[in-house]
Amino acid sequence: MSDILILNGRLIDPANQTDAHRDLLLRGGRVAAVEAPGQLGSVQAAKTIDAAGLIVAPGLVDVHVHLREPGQTYKETITTGTAAAAAGGYTSVVAMPNTVPVNDTVEKLQWMLDDERGSVIKLFAMPAATIGSMGERLTDFEALRRQGAVGFTDDGKPVLEDHIMRAALIAAARAEVPVSQHAEDTRLTGGCSMNAGPMAFRLGLRGMPVEAEARIVERDIQLLREIERSEGLRPHLHVQHVSTARAIHEIQQAKREGLHVTCEIAPHHFALNEEAVGEYNTHAKMNPPLRAEEDRLQMIRALVDGVADCIATDHAPHAVFEKKQEFERAPNGITGLETALGLALRVLHRERGVSLTRIVELMSTTPATIPSLAGRGSLGVGHYADVVVFDATEEWAFRVDDSRSKSRNTPFDGSPMLGKVRYTICEGRIVYQE
Amino acid sequence: MQTVSASASLTSNYAPGSLLSVNQLPVADVSAILSETARVASLAHAERTAILRGRTIALLFYESSTRTRTSFELAAKSLGATTTLVSDKSSSIEKGESLKDTGLTLRALGAECIILRHSSSGAPYVLARETGLPVLNAGDGMHEHPSQALLDLRTILTRLQGAAKAAAVNERSLDGVTVTITGDIFHSRVARSNAMLLPRLGARVLLCGPPRLLPEDALGLGPRIEIERDFDRALVQSQVVMMLRIQKERLSGMELNLADYIGRYQLNGERLLTYAPSALVLHPGPMIRGLEISDDVADGPQSAIEEQVTHGLATRSALLARALNAGSFKGSNK
Repeated sequence: MSDILILNGRLIDPANQTDAHRDLLLRGGRVAAVEAPGQLGSVQAAKTIDAAGLIVAPGLVDVHVHLREPGQTYKETITTGTAAAAAGGYTSVVAMPNTVPVNDTVEKLQWMLDDERGSVIKLFAMPAATIGSMGERLTDFEALRRQGAVGFTDDGKPVLEDHIMRAALIAAARAEVPVSQHAEDTRLTGGCSMNAGPMAFRLGLRGMPVEAEARIVERDIQLLREIERSEGLRPHLHVQHVSTARAIHEIQQAKREGLHVTCEIAPHHFALNEEAVGEYNTHAKMNPPLRAEEDRLQMIRALVDGVADCIATDHAPHAVFEKKQEFERAPNGITGLETALGLALRVLHRERGVSLTRIVELMSTTPATIPSLAGRGSLGVGHYADVVVFDATEEWAFRVDDSRSKSRNTPFDGSPMLGKVRYTICEGRIVYQE
Repeated sequence: MQTVSASASLTSNYAPGSLLSVNQLPVADVSAILSETARVASLAHAERTAILRGRTIALLFYESSTRTRTSFELAAKSLGATTTLVSDKSSSIEKGESLKDTGLTLRALGAECIILRHSSSGAPYVLARETGLPVLNAGDGMHEHPSQALLDLRTILTRLQGAAKAAAVNERSLDGVTVTITGDIFHSRVARSNAMLLPRLGARVLLCGPPRLLPEDALGLGPRIEIERDFDRALVQSQVVMMLRIQKERLSGMELNLADYIGRYQLNGERLLTYAPSALVLHPGPMIRGLEISDDVADGPQSAIEEQVTHGLATRSALLARALNAGSFKGSNK
């Protein structure tokens, strides 16, 4: 691959405490030089990008995506999903295991990560924590780890049984990866399709109570405490798509206590509240559901003050016919890879004054560290040449018809976005260019 | 607020004449429906059957129903329309056909309006959006039963104020009237439609029932709604009392002590005589005699339960005329 020079941009690289004008040379898939403007004038490169007026940052990292391959390629494929990711500024994504069949063996993991799948960017995977994600028997954490697993999760479902979750946390601690938990006490959410409260009552829909999320988070934190004490291990719990103030409070307490807990917040949980369900809009149906306005505001505070570690999209493509159903029958989830940066910049940066450095930290620096993606999320010399170049000031409206995803299930069609990706470069290759 | 507006409201995507929720009806429209109801009820047979002659109406029923289905069907026929009934038990729905495709099929067969009963809240919105036809919600899950609320309104107005006053309403028509709705509010689409419609005409609504069947979230339905868990205290204040059935099919694991429930919430002769000797008694049916209501009350002089059914026929005739831009609604749809 040929050399790329990125000149005159404002480099925001929180891992190196950099927010300054810098020129970058990408060579051999790595960052070869980061210099003050003008210092790389004599370097000849096959491609030169003039990033004047633009932000240059480490490529975005999403620790929570559903690419639907194998088994549900009518919704998305690894190729289309990662193309959408590239268009959204992402250079690394972590695929969830709830494919058909479930990614729960070394063979399936290898198949998913194989170059033949045609991933446009760097693809990682978290295999299932239990076989078939049935919550009964653990998968082979050690073997899967050796084949590149960056964590374990039964996402879509929680690991409900206490002793299974305890065993998973211990096995993951030994493999030095996190257990990523979909925190939902499904004993409280049977038949539920949106957030519990007056709106669900008015629509005649059964509501998921806040406690369903909070209880599992509390239980898991208690397990961490107990394992640290009795096993001398330090397990890492990653709480997926936190949506309630109650769960944030629990996570904050656990962090103060020194336990190894991280968490993610999805863009829809800081950009929308339950009102978006409107007249049974299935594009506002996801799990966890859109919550009350107080919860939404608490998600924003958590992203600002550091209780929340990262933004993750929970990109969940579904076919049109699946969403054009009765609200209670329609599947959960929305696409998110192409709207995450535009929403973060509009809602967090412009409306709440969150710094660009913090946005990059939430979308690249920290999510790269949660599953320990070595050499990612930073643009220090020697790191992977994973770069996003974006205009942080351009206002635009997302149009679902322009999406690279195979699916169209988004509540953000026509919504205002701030900040436009100009280039996405993964390991020195331009994978998206506006 | 900009940040919480997702895709724009879809309200404009529904054909005029659709009735999915009572909240879609401004008071003037409620009044126009009442007026047409009174007019249709007074017409001679020949005039009535001319209103929808040559028009085709489909009844699409995903849930069992006696009075609503028969009422809509007879209403349509009384206006001269051709009707066809599709139920989930004897159609391609059993083979897995989607609501959208069933709706498109009915449209292709010539249906100009679909009356939908469905166990899933919000299903009529899907059907109305996907077919573009006027859809009448004949009960969707736990959400709404708008035609029931309108016929209840006509029954209340007729009994409390006389037939002459039942042909028009404004925001003050039910000033000074307290309506108690008692029972399984949580699962009741009838309760939701009434609690959202009647206060907009001046009524005060008291909801009554145990917390399991009546969560505090119900107060969010709208203004002039209160919760009074003591049935006797609610009765003393009421001019109208509406009893609801315990919906065993929707309880899904909820446990209920029936003897205790009967003790607290059954409307029986003694209770009615003591606390509300002149109140009007309504029940949307089906009634479970001996549970939420006793025989003597159901069949007694204060009961308007049979009148509700009769008013239902006329009210649904008016809704069909409205849906098909006929009768006094001819040319009035935007």
